[in-house]
Amino acid sequence: MTSLLLRRILGSRTSQTFSLANPSSNPNALTRDFSSLSNPIRATLFPGDGIGPEIADSVKQVFKEAEVPIEWEEHYVGDQIDPRTQSFLTWESLESIRRNRVGLKGPMATPIGKGHRSLNLTLRKELNLYANVRPCYSLPGYKTRYDDVNLITIRENTEGEYSGLEHQVVKGVVESLKIITRQASLRVAEYAFHYAKTHGRERVSAIHKANIMQKTDGLFLKCCREVAEKYPEIKYEEVVIDNCCMMLVKNPALFDVLVMPNLYGDIISDLCAGLIGGLGLTPSCNIGEGGIALAEAVHGSAPDIAGKNLANPTALILSAVTMLRHLELNDKADRIQNAILNTIAEGKYRTADLGGSSTTSDFTKAICDHL
Amino acid sequence: MARRAIPILKHLTRRPTLKGPRPEPNTRSVTYMPRPGDGTPRPVTLIPGDGVGPLVTSAVEQVMEAMHAPVYFERYEVHGDMKRVPQEVLESIRKNKVCLKGGLKTPVGGGVNSLNVQLRKELDLYASLVNCFNLPGLPTRHDNVDIVVIRENTEGEYSGLEHEVVPGVVESLKVITKFCSERIAKYAFEYAYLNNRKKVTAVHKANIMKLADGLFLESCREVATKYPSIKYNEIIVDNCCMQLVAKPEQFDVMVTPNLYGNLVANTAAGIAGGTGVMPGGNVGADHAVFEQGASAGNVGNEKVLEQKKANPVALLLSSAMMLRHLQFPSFADRLETAVKRVISEGKYRTKDLGGDSTTQEVVDAVIANLD
Repeated sequence: MTSLLLRRILGSRTSQTFSLANPSSNPNALTRDFSSLSNPIRATLFPGDGIGPEIADSVKQVFKEAEVPIEWEEHYVGDQIDPRTQSFLTWESLESIRRNRVGLKGPMATPIGKGHRSLNLTLRKELNLYANVRPCYSLPGYKTRYDDVNLITIRENTEGEYSGLEHQVVKGVVESLKIITRQASLRVAEYAFHYAKTHGRERVSAIHKANIMQKTDGLFLKCCREVAEKYPEIKYEEVVIDNCCMMLVKNPALFDVLVMPNLYGDIISDLCAGLIGGLGLTPSCNIGEGGIALAEAVHGSAPDIAGKNLANPTALILSAVTMLRHLELNDKADRIQNAILNTIAEGKYRTADLGGSSTTSDFTKAICDHL
Repeated sequence: MARRAIPILKHLTRRPTLKGPRPEPNTRSVTYMPRPGDGTPRPVTLIPGDGVGPLVTSAVEQVMEAMHAPVYFERYEVHGDMKRVPQEVLESIRKNKVCLKGGLKTPVGGGVNSLNVQLRKELDLYASLVNCFNLPGLPTRHDNVDIVVIRENTEGEYSGLEHEVVPGVVESLKVITKFCSERIAKYAFEYAYLNNRKKVTAVHKANIMKLADGLFLESCREVATKYPSIKYNEIIVDNCCMQLVAKPEQFDVMVTPNLYGNLVANTAAGIAGGTGVMPGGNVGADHAVFEQGASAGNVGNEKVLEQKKANPVALLLSSAMMLRHLQFPSFADRLETAVKRVISEGKYRTKDLGGDSTTQEVVDAVIANLD
């Protein structure tokens, strides 16, 4: 347990280089990061749908209590399709993130229908959010069937099976294209190894199905191998996806950092979230070209409990913490993260999904008290 | 008074003997009336395969021999590095209709197609079935797991259609057809109906692959309307994996396109005790190939092979499935009972189940436990 905590704190220290992570990042990103209290940092906030506004309020409250020098620029999803984005997201919202280069996003429900892109897909494509990073660690004090989970999933986020290229060849026959490019594979592999190095991680596992998809996943592996050569101090291995699933549920401690193409990353990162107690506890951060970081809660918008003050804000607050790390506000990040972990470990205030009976506002207040 | 007490006493003293080591009742169920000639031995094609394959298939041969089961094997050497499955092997399976097979190794990215996949396509074994359940006496993280994963086996991501569009950009086609989706859905519901299962869950990613997985879902929905006694629901693949590691008991029969089935089956197998114990097979309109349920391409590492410590349980249980498929129900029951006894006694288990036995020790124990 102590080693876990120690590692996490060390991890947070080293993540000061977070915005340097991307070799192609905009040099301006550095100058901006040295903002002071007198000059608050602007960050875009999408409270989202359903329980989104409630848990976004929690974040705002905790940040205020911790005196985080951030000024939120709130954006909501429109009720009409913006032709410039082919989606319900407005061009102005996207511009806001491009300008601020950091953002936090609550759960968004894509309205069902044709002729528009999913909100998440639009964000990914438009902002070129190429990597999705999810740290998964067992929370002290919250018991699940799996202990000692401590791994990072890094998912390629722009191509692969989610290319969105589909067509009907003839009636009753549909084709969907999976695209793997050298450029995107190298980029995510580079990020994974860099992340491993700066966070004191020892091993990177590339997850694939190259025995079946020899050319596409083969290319992904080839890129990972190339990058691995540049990091001789980090152990590199390759694991077939089905075997990976099996090993994860048998002994999750076998893995350290996992890097994957899009679909596998989607599945594995959710599976890992399941190991530690669900999406309500898992932070997530998307890294884009030019040092953009969009932290997000990856759970659904839970319309059934929206507005009832029952939602668990943990994932969104922990995601906000990863955003603070990106901004090198590590002291604040540590304070808030420890406050959450202590609140959950103490067990007095837990929301219903963690087996407690606290309301969102009680839980938030408890976190503020633990700061 | 005394006279009346005697039978009561007798009854009381007799009772404990009923709870002896063999709890099965002495009564038989209403008998199975075979047609004349049904006891004629049947030929079964046997492919020992690579790695631990020969070890576990020989386990089956020994147990069949000891039971005097009415089957005999036609043995063919096939190895994963062959270009194709030899013609005579295919002819043998076409003639015998039934085949038992060890794993065939698939080289990663070596320009060789997976023979496992080739066999399925060549014989049109369109349904893969894996039964993942808790074996009594085997401690696992989850209880009450009894999941049957039915996976489309011929198209989807395994179409084998890949090409390099321009250098550094590779495309892989996922093909979904109405015809194949419909027949797998029909098989899944028919299976549920014949085996008194209550629920069929379709696994998909139709929120992203709207056309391809959409077509799959549409087919499942159509078939579901014809089975009003069976509950039907749908789940997105990433959520499915998360639910599997959190609450696996909620699943019953699952029907999936090709790749998702591979992942779901391995996850479910891992939860219920590992791929070493889960039986399964591939079946088409005319033929059936029985093999280890999950991870057909996983042929074990050299250490397991050298020490002859591969787990034969999965293939033994698959053979029980095969015996039932051949309409030898009582042989199937005897084999299954013997294997379950060995597991629950816990004296002879291979390393993957926390023991230290060799394959042969497990086989001997199974033979000793045959009725």
